[in-house]
Order: sequence, then structure tokens, then C-alpha cells
Amino acid sequence: MLDNEVPQEGNVTLGGHRKALYARGADGKLHIVQSAGWEVEEIVTLQAVADLNRLAEEARQRVAAGLTSPLEYHMHKVRMDVPLLSQVSGIWQWRIRRHFRPAVFAGLSDRLLGRYGEAMGLSLEQLKKID
Amino acid sequence: MTFQHSQASHCESGVMSAMLRHQGLPMSEAMAFGLSSALSFAYLPFVKINGLPLVAYRMPPKFIIKGLQKPLGLKMRFETFRTPQAGARRLDELLDDGQLVGMQTSVFWLPYMPEDLRFHFNAHNVLAFGRDAASGDYLLSDPVVETTVTCPADALQRARFAKGVLAPKGLIYYPVGKPVEPDWHKVLPAAIKKTTRIMLDTPLPIIGVRGIHRLANAIERLEKNTDPAASKMFIGQVVRMQEEIGTGGGGFRFIYASFLQESADLLGRPQLDELSEQLIDIGDEWREFALSTARMIRDREPLVPAALADKLRRIAGREQAFFRDLRRAA
Repeated sequence: MLDNEVPQEGNVTLGGHRKALYARGADGKLHIVQSAGWEVEEIVTLQAVADLNRLAEEARQRVAAGLTSPLEYHMHKVRMDVPLLSQVSGIWQWRIRRHFRPAVFAGLSDRLLGRYGEAMGLSLEQLKKID
Repeated sequence: MTFQHSQASHCESGVMSAMLRHQGLPMSEAMAFGLSSALSFAYLPFVKINGLPLVAYRMPPKFIIKGLQKPLGLKMRFETFRTPQAGARRLDELLDDGQLVGMQTSVFWLPYMPEDLRFHFNAHNVLAFGRDAASGDYLLSDPVVETTVTCPADALQRARFAKGVLAPKGLIYYPVGKPVEPDWHKVLPAAIKKTTRIMLDTPLPIIGVRGIHRLANAIERLEKNTDPAASKMFIGQVVRMQEEIGTGGGGFRFIYASFLQESADLLGRPQLDELSEQLIDIGDEWREFALSTARMIRDREPLVPAALADKLRRIAGREQAFFRDLRRAA
């Protein structure tokens, strides 16, 4: 890749940042060139973000329909899955899945909710509702 | 001495080269990357990130920090902590002493990172070089960011003590003693040979050139997958790891090519310059693979995993030939 081939197409996922890429200058030597982004990267990053957002949105609708608890929504919202939430909170996966049942979730102690809140960076109030 | 921030493409090589420069040893990011033999390829189907296999184009985290110790006669000190409080205390202590401190953090909890890039990746490296007296915010040099940034203390705590895979446990690291300019004629050939061994001789079939073939086979199998969205997530993941923040593009191949150019000068061996050209070509092929994949994800061209697998096999063939030549040249 030559200096003038470094993509400057813009990439919304960079949030205005520019990243460092290696490209070849006129002297044939590689050096760092700042790039405003490559569309390819934007596509694959947005693909991952869209998939995470889809999971959160689907969970949100299921919460509204009374099919799952806000816990599942918030888990997806902070880009976690059950194995990760389990590692971060120290709560077994099967227990987390059980807490996805709205009736079980409603009966959880503040202490247990606090562990979820701590893991996801949310207050108890935030955790109990969907936004 | 005031700290000089410079942007790098990869966090770990960026942190280490900045740290060494601060200590008075001129060191480019590419040299830090190549000298520690960090270039690699690994396809790890059993390590799942959100259900997708891990594909890595370099050696695991901390490999660069540790790998620079021997050639530079450098001693790095690593500290982890049981409690966030102890970790914060120690960091403040070192900063008060005027020490530059490298830290392992989770990207997700760093507020200055762009929202769309904040995934739960726990092995991001940043440097702390001070603390703002008024706000208590930490002054950070994140190598992949253009300028220095500030980070509130509570956010940094969270990022340093994130849990899960590769949990940093508050890891900080800093050099003890001064690095010395090495005997390049000794350390460079050794570092290059080590990389060729990793790429060509690792007995595990998922590492090095064989790993690329393995990945090609896995992509080929997607032909039978009836869920195109799932296939697209899989191939998208391969490209994310190859092109996203911190790779310098082309799955680190360009950084390594830059290292080979520097080595050619230091050793007076023009042959390494020619090999560097070859590797730039291979990096460009990785980028073509990424382009084709992105087009398939966006349905601009038909989804044909077998075509991507063929492209990968071609790359694998070229890398095999390249690393054999490199071994002979070193």
C-alpha cells in the first residue's frame, strides 16, 4: 500500500478518530500514515455492533411482552453474553438464565441485584427497568 | 523529562516503544514488534468470543513486553493486585515517583474510546504518565489514539480490574534499569528466525501457515451452512481481527515489513529489503481478502465462502514460501 492508497473514506465507528496505518512513501520506506478509515472496516465493525444491538432490541421487546427479565436486556446492552456475565459477576450461568424469568427476577434480593449492577456498571434502579 | 506521545498502530508495541524512547533508547514501533518476534497467525476455534472463534495475527498479549527484555538487557517489573484500592495506590505511588507505567485494561470501560469500538477486550495496553492535579484524572498515552487523553479515576479502575478472559487484575509494568543498545547483528537474526519457526514449525496445526489452511477449511465448510447471516458473522470476525484498530492493516504484515526494512539497514543486508517488498505484497493480499469479504457481507457480490477459502490458501502458500526465504536470509 502506497501513501496515496491509504484509505481516507471515513469510518463512522472511529468516532472522528484517525488511526495509524503502515504505508510506503515515495522513498519506498514504510512509515505511519494516519487514516480516516476504510469502508471495509466500517462494514465489519458495524456488522458486529448491529448484531449486539439486535440482541438487545429483541430482549427489550421480550421484556415488554413479559417473556424475559430486564437482566437479559441489560446484559446484551452492555455487550455481554451469559458466559461473560457469569465470569464477571461470579454467578453461575444456569442461575443467570433462571434470573431471566420475570417472576424469579422480581424476587431477587438487592444484594444479588447489586452483584449484577456492579458487573455491568448499573444502579439497582437502572437494572430493574428497561430504557 | 517530559513524555512524548506518538501514535502507533498496535497498543503493545506502541507502549513498549514509547517507554523505551522515554528511557533514551530510540526504538520504532515496528522494531519493538519485530524484535520481540510478535508476528504470527493462530486460528483458535475453541476460544469463543460471542460464539465466534478467535483468529489472531500476532502472538498473545504480553509477548512483546516480555520478548524485549532479553535482546535489550532490560528488566520489566510486573505487578498485579488483589484489590482495586491496592492497585490504585501503587499506580499513584509510581506516578508520583515520575515513573511511566504501562497498564493492561479493558477497552469497554475506557470512556475516551469510540462507542462502536468498545468491546469486552481485556488486553488493551496504555501508558500512564501523570495525574491532573485539579480533577484527579489520569493522563494517559493510548498508542492507538492520535493525542494523549485523560481518564477519570473510577473508569480507569474499572478498566484495570475488568473480569473475564485475560482479566488484567490491575496489571502494571515498568522497566527497572536502563535498556542498552543491543548488538543488532546478534539479536535481529535471532528474532527473525524465531518468527519463521513460529510460522513454519509449530507442531500445532492451528498456528502459523498451517493455521491459515485450517481457517480456510473452516470457511469452506460454511458452504454447507444454510444460515447466511451466521456465515457472514464468521467471515466478518476474521476481517475484524485482521484490520481493526491495532493491526496497522493487513494483519500486522505491514508492521513486520517495516521492521524488515529497518533490519536491512542495520545489518546492511539488502536482501531483507527485497523480502520486505514481498511481505508488503502479501499484506495487500490480506487486504484484498478483507475487501472481498466485506463485499459479500454487504451483498455487493454473492456469498461464496469457497472463493474466500481459495484466497486464504493462496495467501498461506505465499507466506510459506516467504518465511522459508526469510529463514535462509536470516
